[in-house]
Amino acid sequence: MKDLIGKEPLFGKTLSELEQMVLKLEMPKYTASQIADWLYKKEVSSINAMSNISKVHRDKLQENFVFGLSDPVKEQASVDGTKKYLYRSHVGKFIEAAYIPERNRNTLCVSSQVGCKMGCLFCMTGKQGFQGQLSAGEIVNQIRSLPERHQLTNIVYMGMGEPFDNLEGVMKSLEILTSDWGMGMSPRRITVSTIGIIPAMKVFLENSKAHLAVSLHSPFEEERRKLMPIENVYALPQVLKTIREFPLGKQRRTSFEYIVFKGLNHSARHVKELARILTGIRCRINLLYFHPIPDTPLEAPTDHIMQEFKEALEAKGLTTTIRKSRGQDIYAACGMLSTRELQKKNGQ
Amino acid sequence: MNKVYPVKIIANTSIAPNTWLLRCNRMWEFEAGQVVGISFHPDDEPRLYSIASGTQHHEVWILYTVKPGGLLTPQLSTRNKGDTIYMTDPFGNFVCREDKAVWIATGTGIAPFASMFFSGQHTKKKLIQGSRSKDGLYFHDFFYSELGRDYQPCCSRIGEEGCFRGRVTDYLANLEMIDAEIPYYLCGSAEMVVDVRDLLIARGVPFERIMAEIFF
Repeated sequence: MKDLIGKEPLFGKTLSELEQMVLKLEMPKYTASQIADWLYKKEVSSINAMSNISKVHRDKLQENFVFGLSDPVKEQASVDGTKKYLYRSHVGKFIEAAYIPERNRNTLCVSSQVGCKMGCLFCMTGKQGFQGQLSAGEIVNQIRSLPERHQLTNIVYMGMGEPFDNLEGVMKSLEILTSDWGMGMSPRRITVSTIGIIPAMKVFLENSKAHLAVSLHSPFEEERRKLMPIENVYALPQVLKTIREFPLGKQRRTSFEYIVFKGLNHSARHVKELARILTGIRCRINLLYFHPIPDTPLEAPTDHIMQEFKEALEAKGLTTTIRKSRGQDIYAACGMLSTRELQKKNGQ
Repeated sequence: MNKVYPVKIIANTSIAPNTWLLRCNRMWEFEAGQVVGISFHPDDEPRLYSIASGTQHHEVWILYTVKPGGLLTPQLSTRNKGDTIYMTDPFGNFVCREDKAVWIATGTGIAPFASMFFSGQHTKKKLIQGSRSKDGLYFHDFFYSELGRDYQPCCSRIGEEGCFRGRVTDYLANLEMIDAEIPYYLCGSAEMVVDVRDLLIARGVPFERIMAEIFF
């Protein structure tokens, strides 16, 4: 990945990539750790500010690289305090990230792709199709360039795109976020959400300590495949089997995201089947309100439906929470992120 | 998740600009509409492709386009007869069991419908196939001769004989009536799937009757 003037960004490189790079530039190997320190631990944004690296070496770096941070180009604030930030990707397209402040935690919902290939019926991002992968640097930049970064407590990969369709970018970004040489965040503060791309999910489970969230939305395969085309490829029973087979330990959590659609997926039959298929998985179900998007045949649930469904699931022994809708007025709520109009406006 | 088998390439032929048909020996039973994973080594992460051949064929056919910079297809297009590649068991549920249905595809998204067609499942089916130009209407001649009026090729480029001029969405938008009682199967890019699905829903087809397969 190169910027518009043909230089590669340093931001987004892992320590091993930096080591390879400094050796290639005939610099001492320890320079890689120094660079990583400047990139991920310190509040600087230019190669020139890396003051413990010699001038000669900084010049060499500047000849070949840019620092690689990019500020959000637009900010929108919701009446409920949620903020939506627009970032420009390296291919000149746009992505969004949603900052959600709460009483006990402040969460950033990051994007992993420009658009999405998965075509879920209820999702606004899916309606814009797929325009490209984000690099690890572009994913981490959403955090590093966030104005509220010092208040941030949690990160969820639930923005635009399917994280496990960009496994390389996502795994590298997790490495940068959680390594001692990187940003040193606890993986327990990070959740990666997927619709169930099994091979990538296995790689994630084996190589990361972050939490896993799976988009469920229906316990019935026939119903789920009409909402989520991925069901035709990776069926829910296999997704659940993979999770069951992988020992997560006590610290790590699996949650199932369940968007409730009025009259569709909250019946007693759904409760019974959810209890059956989730038997033996230590998990939590997060119920989410469906936020109607243009041309959708689906309807939003009432508060009563949500409460009743939650109680019915809890009566079956399933730990269930209702996630409040946040940022709906600025299209920052779950399933509403999209830069389609912006892309169209820019003639892309 | 799936077993991986070494398979011999029988032929690997360019059938259109940038598009290839890979023919290999067949190791297993499958259902028309299923996918397989393909890799060069048994330990590599396989890339998924829909099977394009029929369930009675002795060979397995894979239709693919070469993606510049892709992990598999640039190399795959250089493999020859007799070379070994690795293929997983077939899997997936994009199967059409209904008596009557409409199949809509663009590009290599035709593969699962080609498999259904070559498996003899095309009676009472209507196939709408889209491409920029006629050379992207893969298996066109088979469909044309067998399906007759139930085959509708669509090309967005001007002057392609025998084709509706426009995208599949244009074709559907121009139809006076859309049967909302039958199932619709879609396969192609995310953009095509989403646009066609939205259009069908807007024309009164319940979303429950729309099945989609996506490329990723």
